Amino acid sequence: MRLIVPLQGVVQGRGGLILGSLIPCALFYFLQVYLKRRRPRNPSLKPPPSPSHSSSNLVELQRSSSRSNLSSRGSIGTVQVSSRASSIAKPNDSPYYIGLDKVAAGGPYDRLDNPNGVIQLGLSENRLCFDLIEKWVSEKFAGSILGTESGNLNISGIAAYQPCDGLIELKMAMAGFMSRIMGRSVSIDPSQIVLTSGATPAIEILSFCLADQGNAFLVPTPYYPGFDRDVRWRPGVELIPIHCRSTDNFTLNITVLDQAFTQAKKRGVKVRGILISNPANPVGNLLSRETICSILEFAQEKNIHVISDEIFAGSIYGSEEFVSMAEIIEAEDFDKNRVHIIYGLSKDLSLPGFRVGVIYSHNEVVLAAAKRLTRFSSISAPTQQLIIPMILDTKFIEEYIETSRRRTRHMYEIFVAGLNQIGIKCAKSSAGFYCWADMRGLIPSYSEKDELELWDKLLNVAKINVTPGSACHCIEPGWFRCCFTTLTADDIPVVIDRIQRVVETCKS
Amino acid sequence: MAIEIEQPCVGLSKVAVSETHGEDSPYFAGWKAYDENPYDETTNPSGVIQMGLAENQVSFDLLEKYLEEHSEASSWGKGSVSGFRENALFQDYHGLLSFRKAMASFMEQVRGGRAKFDPNRVVLTAGATAANELLTFILADPGDALLVPTPYYPGFDRDLRWRTGVKIVPIHCDSSNNFQITTPALEAAYSEAESMNIKVRGVLITNPSNPLGATVQRSVLEDILDFVTRKNIHLVSDEIYSGSVFSSSEFISVAEILEARQYKNSERVHIVYSLSKDLGLPGFRVGTIYSYNDKVVTTARRMSSFTLISSQTQHLLASMLSDKCFTENYIKINRERLRKRYDMIIEGLRSAGIDCLKGNAGLFCWMNLSPFLEKPTREGELALWNSMVHEVKLNISPGSSCHCSEPGWFRVCFANMSEQTLEVALKRIHNFMVKKRSE
Repeated sequence: MRLIVPLQGVVQGRGGLILGSLIPCALFYFLQVYLKRRRPRNPSLKPPPSPSHSSSNLVELQRSSSRSNLSSRGSIGTVQVSSRASSIAKPNDSPYYIGLDKVAAGGPYDRLDNPNGVIQLGLSENRLCFDLIEKWVSEKFAGSILGTESGNLNISGIAAYQPCDGLIELKMAMAGFMSRIMGRSVSIDPSQIVLTSGATPAIEILSFCLADQGNAFLVPTPYYPGFDRDVRWRPGVELIPIHCRSTDNFTLNITVLDQAFTQAKKRGVKVRGILISNPANPVGNLLSRETICSILEFAQEKNIHVISDEIFAGSIYGSEEFVSMAEIIEAEDFDKNRVHIIYGLSKDLSLPGFRVGVIYSHNEVVLAAAKRLTRFSSISAPTQQLIIPMILDTKFIEEYIETSRRRTRHMYEIFVAGLNQIGIKCAKSSAGFYCWADMRGLIPSYSEKDELELWDKLLNVAKINVTPGSACHCIEPGWFRCCFTTLTADDIPVVIDRIQRVVETCKS
Repeated sequence: MAIEIEQPCVGLSKVAVSETHGEDSPYFAGWKAYDENPYDETTNPSGVIQMGLAENQVSFDLLEKYLEEHSEASSWGKGSVSGFRENALFQDYHGLLSFRKAMASFMEQVRGGRAKFDPNRVVLTAGATAANELLTFILADPGDALLVPTPYYPGFDRDLRWRTGVKIVPIHCDSSNNFQITTPALEAAYSEAESMNIKVRGVLITNPSNPLGATVQRSVLEDILDFVTRKNIHLVSDEIYSGSVFSSSEFISVAEILEARQYKNSERVHIVYSLSKDLGLPGFRVGTIYSYNDKVVTTARRMSSFTLISSQTQHLLASMLSDKCFTENYIKINRERLRKRYDMIIEGLRSAGIDCLKGNAGLFCWMNLSPFLEKPTREGELALWNSMVHEVKLNISPGSSCHCSEPGWFRVCFANMSEQTLEVALKRIHNFMVKKRSE
């Protein structure tokens, strides 16, 4: 009861952002003390929505929390919601979301229409190659949404109940597509694919299948903030961070992994799996063959699962070789039953709105359970109809991936060069839409508090929205993720210039 | 000589290995029989006719005609692909405003304008299945219960219980009053939960009812609202069949009652809707939660990240559903066609000597075969059901899979086939009954 009453005030919008920060902070600090990082101030570890959601999420969130907006409003009475819901309903105070709100409130930067707007570097979105997809859609479908030639609208064909885990034609097309993306030596079996409405439910479904409430996954840091939501909210699975450091470019260290496993065991927490992202988000580096094998050996030894989120597999711009978990388990003699791969079209094809995700597993029981769970997260039929021919068009896909690679590399190079010029170095990365910038030199003390102050300066003075490392659970304060694939080449000098203004104030 | 050491199997969760998905019940077993031997007018005229799937196939031509005549509805915007990239990037869990407005408007039209819906209270989910599960996550904790009147849609066992860990405590209804929900039945279910030390968090009704094929009467809705208010619990009204009522005046939505009460105590009420039944578009995965509770709206929106509707689909349907001329006409014609089917099946069953519950909505009728059971038990019902599936070759849904307290009732769908197929099905039933009477 006491938990609910103060929060109601916050949810109703009467508390400000400050109130909304302090109360949940205190509560979650207490509740999650064993997840506390060694920082002077610990912002709450509540689950924020996915970083790649557009900013209007947060803006409308604030509005819908206020009562006056809703015409047919009910009174906020005393009927209770579940404790799960109570924790999720609290306002987001993560800097990530505050930043998105700021962009939306003032309007995003536009060279001509809004030169003083906030420049969005916090959304992992790729706008570099839409011209190619648009051309394809206009040629193949004469611009029709339904993915058919105009005049050939057969609603009944796509309207009916479909298998909830996706049409077999899409699974087959996806298998071929993934094989190409992950390296030609990988063969993906369509019967081991489960299709979901985006990678977000794919991760949640796997969490439900591989672990019980209160169990845990080990996850290398820094990691994608969305995992906190996908794994912890409803499945109730804990995420135990395996801290990676800049000294070895944030590479996973098996000793540290082992220590974390042992410590969890001592605490009485059952570890059910390791959740890795390869290519990594937010750092953008790739796992080496050796590291992947070490992880698999470790998993075998402890008899746990490995989830490999490979959603950026087709967005490699560096020269390093991407090795998929699928390739390793095919080539080497590891137990395939413990390996599960996540994929989707939100990054590599820039189609996050269409909700196309993949679970790829060799474990028959997991596949059977996951298939059934997709009834809550199926891909819309018209979308399946549009995607099938798109990813079957090998010529188009090859051209798209190659062009995307080229354009992303180009942006990466000029962006990183620009940062270097003003004294900011980046971690070595080869994939994704972002760079992992080292701004440790700009913070007076090695603390999360100072990192967040710098973030605030960047947002409100430089008018740049970037993602601070603490939102990604990075153990070293001072790192920031900067996405550059929503920019044009002309925008980059503006960005660098703005950051420089803040750099100068930090140095003085 | 190599020594074989058995590798320990890597463990899975309770959710993964549980039977709560319920897919081993007869409801789904009948589908297997159909899948193995599906009826086809020309290629397999002696196959199993699927009468266990509540799908609406009677009005596709109206949708196709609309899309043909309004090409801008099925383009990406402004007659070109210029809207494509913004649509493809749009993954905001609020959903397209134009689509939310369209859904709110459509829901109003389905209710003949007797209730208003605010687009800001519309939360989008990939189907009503997801909407019901999501609401359950939000309204109840693991171990808590929802009260659900029997007979109920078999899918609820899975949707409300599987991942959520929430229980269903049945509100027993019987044929003595046409299976209507009564206050004593509500109280009895609540007490039963209490006696098992289970916390009741809400009541979930389906209106119009599945499998009964009948709307809930106004007085019953008032009683239910009073009950949940008294107990300070939630009410979920799954109104997925609201557009499939044969006569507009006969459907009362809980929304109308709330409006009449000036929304007093409405923060405990949540409505589920979908386009799967009324528009016959289950493959599109379009569902909504409409809640009068701000916290529930906020939370549901965030949770909908796991079940977003494709932005392409939202865009495609937004202009069509906002076209009041089209929707008014669609609702009217769809209704008429469903009523015609209903009349046809009722008449056909009557001439075979079979009675049904008096229905006025939905894609199915609730058929009474209790006079023909060998034994008035669940076993007797399943034996008869077995004959229906394997001898008569009709997949119908036995009442026991809907948790009906009286054996012998069956749900029979009539809108997922052509009229010709329905004739064939009725003939088979006729012959079966003749044979049975002569035995």
